[in-house]
Amino acid sequence: MAPLLDIAKLSLSFRTESGPARVLDQIDLLVQPGEIVGLVGESGCGKTTLARAILGTLPERLTEIGSGHIRLDGVDMLRDDQATERLRGRVVTFVPQDPFASFNPLFRIRAQIGDLMRWKTPRRTASRFGWRSRAEQKADDEAVLAMLDTVQLPQPRRILEKYPHELSGGQRQRVMIAMALLPEPRLIIADEPTTALDVTVQAQILGLLRRLAVERGVSVLFTTHDLGAAWEICDRVVVMYAGQTAEIAPREAFFAHPRHPYTRMLLQSLPEEGRDAVGIPGAVPSPLQPPPGCRFNPRCPRMTGICRDERPALSGQHGAHQVACHHPVAVSEVAGNV
Amino acid sequence: MSDLPAPTLLEVDRLGRHFPVRGFLNRRVGTLRALDDVSFAVGEGEVLGIVGESGCGKSTLGKTLMGIHEPTSGEVRLRGERIAAPGQKRAAAVRAKLQYVYQDPGASLDPRWTLRRSLHEPLIIHTDWSRAKREEHVQAIVSAVGLPQAHLDLYPHEISGGQQRRVGLARILVLGPQLIIFDEPTSGLDVSVQATVLALFRDLREEFGLTYLFISHDLAVVRSICNRIVVMYLGRIVEIGDTAEVFRAPRHPYTRSLLAAAPRIGGPRVTESFTLQGEPPDPSNVPSGCRFRTRCPLAIDKCATIEPAIDFEGGHGVACLRWREDAL
Ligand SMILES: Nc1ncnc2c1ncn2[C@@H]1O[C@H](COP(=O)(O)OP(=O)(O)O)[C@@H](O)[C@H]1O
Ligand SMILES: Nc1ncnc2c1ncn2[C@@H]1O[C@H](COP(=O)(O)OP(=O)(O)O)[C@@H](O)[C@H]1O
Ligand SMILES: [Mg+2]
Ligand SMILES: [Mg+2]
Repeated sequence: MAPLLDIAKLSLSFRTESGPARVLDQIDLLVQPGEIVGLVGESGCGKTTLARAILGTLPERLTEIGSGHIRLDGVDMLRDDQATERLRGRVVTFVPQDPFASFNPLFRIRAQIGDLMRWKTPRRTASRFGWRSRAEQKADDEAVLAMLDTVQLPQPRRILEKYPHELSGGQRQRVMIAMALLPEPRLIIADEPTTALDVTVQAQILGLLRRLAVERGVSVLFTTHDLGAAWEICDRVVVMYAGQTAEIAPREAFFAHPRHPYTRMLLQSLPEEGRDAVGIPGAVPSPLQPPPGCRFNPRCPRMTGICRDERPALSGQHGAHQVACHHPVAVSEVAGNV
Repeated sequence: MSDLPAPTLLEVDRLGRHFPVRGFLNRRVGTLRALDDVSFAVGEGEVLGIVGESGCGKSTLGKTLMGIHEPTSGEVRLRGERIAAPGQKRAAAVRAKLQYVYQDPGASLDPRWTLRRSLHEPLIIHTDWSRAKREEHVQAIVSAVGLPQAHLDLYPHEISGGQQRRVGLARILVLGPQLIIFDEPTSGLDVSVQATVLALFRDLREEFGLTYLFISHDLAVVRSICNRIVVMYLGRIVEIGDTAEVFRAPRHPYTRSLLAAAPRIGGPRVTESFTLQGEPPDPSNVPSGCRFRTRCPLAIDKCATIEPAIDFEGGHGVACLRWREDAL
C-alpha cells in the first residue's frame, strides 16, 4: 500500500541570532491510509515543528530545509507550493492544542465555520473563489449541523450563535474536530489536542477522534507527550528525541517491549502505585548545540564511544519494530509494560 | 502508613466560599458556590490529595485555607487553633506555617536577585535572625533540595528550569512551614521531569516532617503520592478515603467515572467504554439535591430533592443516596 504521508530523512533548521537551530535531524515517518500514528517525545523534541512542516505553516524566511522530503498523497509538500496550497486544509487538516488561540474571538462560531466551508468545502466543483450555489450552500449548512451533532455537541444551532469564549474548553475542542472533519480530509494532524483538558473530557474527545477516524478511514497523526493518551488512540507509535526518530513500533510491541533506552526510561517515569518512578536525569538538549551522534547520548545509561561518533540508523523495515540505537534493549531484557 | 492514627494537624469544618456573580452595572445577579459545606481533617505528616474536574473548587479550597480568600461560612483550625472563619483576619504567625505553591514554584523568583537574596528575603521579613544565622539556615535548606552552595551567587536565568524549581521550593521551606498546599505542581511537566519532582517532594516531606495537601487533576500522580484522597464535584466533597481503597473500590458514581477515564497502559482502551457525558454544569446555577445527578447514570427522583450528606463506613466516606444498594 502506498503510504498517505511519507517523510524521509527530513532535516530542518531555524535561523536564529545564535546560529542555526537544528530542530529536525533526518526524521523518518510513514502514515498509511486509515492509520492512527502517535508521535511522542518530551516537550522540545520537535513534534510541533514536524506537524507544522507537514502543514506548510512554518515561518518561511526563518526555516531552512537541509535534506529529505515530505510527500502527502504523492505531492512534495516542501517544494511544490501550488499543490501544497491545494491540499492544505482539504486533504490535510489540523486540530491544535489550544483551540482558543485558533478562533477569532470577535466572531461567532457560525461565521468561523462558514468561512471554512466557503473555501474548503468538499462540494466545490463549481465553487471557485469561494462562490457556492444555493444548493451547495444548503448542503454545506446541513453538513455543518450534522457534524456538530456527530462530535456530540448538543443543540448545534445554539452553539453556532456563540462566541468562542462562551464555550468550555471541551466544547471548543469538539468544534475544532468538527472543523477538521468537515472538509473530508484524508489526514488529520492533531497536536496535543487533549493536553489542556480534564481526563473525563480527554476520554470523550480521544474516543470520538478515534471512532470517527476509523469509521471514515481518515488517518491521524497525533502528537503527545502523554503516553497514556498514545496508548488510547494509536495503532502505531513513533518516538522522537531531540529531532531524531528513536523508535517506531506497533502499539502493543511498543508498550510491551520498548527497545530504545529513551523509550524505556520514559515508560519507567510514569507514576505507578507501589514503585518510585525513575525519571530521566538531564534535559532535552538545545537544538543550537545538539550532541553529536545519537542526541540522547548525554542522558543515556548505555552510552559508549560509538554513540558520540556515529548516528545510529533506524533498523529494520517499515511495519516492523524499528529502533535507532547502537545498544538497543533486547526483547528478553524487558519485563514489559503490557 | 503506620496504623497509629497521626495527631490531627488541620481541621476543615463546613467550609464554604461563595463569589458574587455581577451583571449589568456591576449589580449582583447571583451567587457562585465555589465551595460548599466542605469538612475533612488532615493528620500530621499526611499527604492528602484533592481531585476533581477543573472548576470544582480545588484552588478555591486551597486559597481559602491559606487565607487568600475569606470563608463565607465554616471555619479552619490548625492544631486546634481557629485560623480562618468569616470576618477573621489571618495572624502573621499563622501565615508562615502554611504555604501555598501554585504550579511551578520556580516561576516566582525575582530575576534581578541572586538566589541567596531570594532565600534570605522571607527570613528578613518574618524573623529577627542575624545574617549569620539566616545564612546557616539557607545553606542547610539549599543542600536539602539538592543544590550546590555555589549556586547561591547565581541569578535565576543562570540555572536550569529544574534548578529554579528547587530554589522555589527552598524559598518555601526556609520559613519552616507545617503544611504545604501544592496546587497542580506537576501540570505541564513531562513525565521524565515529573518523576524527579515527585521524588523530591517525598524526600522533603520526610526530612522536614511536612504535611501536604496535594491538588491535582492527574489521578496517576495522586495515586502514587497521596495517603488519602478527597474527590470534589461542583464545590462539594463526594468521596473521601484511603487512596488505595478509593481506587480499588470507588463508591461514588462520579469517582467511578473519573477513574474510568484515565488511560490504562496495557489494559483495554478506556475510551471505548467511557460513558460519562458532557461537562459539569455552571457553578452559579447548581442543580438541586445531589449536584452530580444531571450526569449520573444512577440518578433517581429523590436525588433531585435530597442533598446527600457524607456517609462514612470504615473511614471511607461517600455522599450518595444509593451507594449501599447492591448490584449498582
Ligand atoms: N522559530 C523557531 N526558531 C528557533 N527555534 C525554534 C523555533 N520554533 C521552535 N524552535 C525550537 O525547536 C525545538 C522543538 O520545538 P517544538 O517543535 O515546539 O517541540 P515540541 O512540540 O516537541 O515540544 C525547541 O527547542 C524549540 O525551542
Ligand atoms: N476570585 C473568583 N471570583 C469569582 N469566581 C471565582 C473566583 N475564583 C474561582 N472562581 C470560580 O469558582 C469555581 C471554582 O474554581 P477553582 O477553585 O479555581 O476550581 P479548580 O481549581 O478546581 O479548577 C469556578 O467556577 C471559578 O470560575
Ligand atoms: Mg508541541
Ligand atoms: Mg485550580
